[in-house]
Amino acid sequence: MKSAVIVFPGSNCDRDVAVALEQVTGRAPAMVWHRDSELPEGTGFIALPGGFSYGDYLRSGAMAARAPIMRAVGDAAARGVPVIGICNGFQVLTEAGLLPGALMRNAGLSFVCRPVALKVENSQSLFTAGYRAGETITLPVAHHDGNYQADEATLDRLEGEGRVAFRYGEAVNGSARAIAGILNDAGNVLGLMPHPERASEPAHGGTDGRRLFEGLFEGLLAAA
Amino acid sequence: MKARVFVTLKPGVLDPQGKAIHHALEGLGFGGVQDVRAGKLIELDLADGTSEADIEAMCRKLLANTVIENFRIERPEAAMPQKTESAA
Repeated sequence: MKSAVIVFPGSNCDRDVAVALEQVTGRAPAMVWHRDSELPEGTGFIALPGGFSYGDYLRSGAMAARAPIMRAVGDAAARGVPVIGICNGFQVLTEAGLLPGALMRNAGLSFVCRPVALKVENSQSLFTAGYRAGETITLPVAHHDGNYQADEATLDRLEGEGRVAFRYGEAVNGSARAIAGILNDAGNVLGLMPHPERASEPAHGGTDGRRLFEGLFEGLLAAA
Repeated sequence: MKARVFVTLKPGVLDPQGKAIHHALEGLGFGGVQDVRAGKLIELDLADGTSEADIEAMCRKLLANTVIENFRIERPEAAMPQKTESAA
């Protein structure tokens, strides 16, 4: 299974994701620069990492969403290749139109950086197979613009279709319906504000994040 | 040719920044401020002949996120007919 991590100027969790992926899959992912227009042949999984791409200029994720590589990411997602966007990666996915809604300034205006409780709302997705539905896990968040907003009809649709993957178990950023992570309609694109890669080994203080990657790759390898 | 693009949050979209500005104004003793909404002004210096449709496409594709924002294009020079280009 070949993975790719997209690197934008200002990404700062790209190496953390790469380490987590290598630990789980036994294979280092390709680091793909944002100016590239193609993904390596046979890429079976794509990660958009956290960070502050383009210094969050204009809007968080806005410039990165228009980077040359994003056309290839969009094409791959349309073909069913699983894509995860973590933190800034989630912002990029909404800006690119691969996920609905938008991530706005935290309701409290402060940068929030701490471990938070999350409820796993859907354990049937590709990305959440390593968890039990309703389980509470702990992952760190570190963001200024994590306040998920969408119109009521979109929120209702996300809820009705089981596309809310994770919900905050505590007040974090003012997100509509405490949404922390959502899936696209096909279920192969996940965006979430918390950082699973920062909870991937005991030294991180927890390994709940590693279970996301383990569940995902178990499913992908079984299907391959 | 200059154009100004005003990007504002759609009505109903929560504006934490505007709220904070509102509170700060109150803290300074300014009464009577009903509400504050913060937006962006983007100034474009464009080649002559850039069409309204081009500018609108720029807004839709990048300058505004139409999920949460509205935009308004203002072309101060367009109001003044035939601002001649000396080199033309």
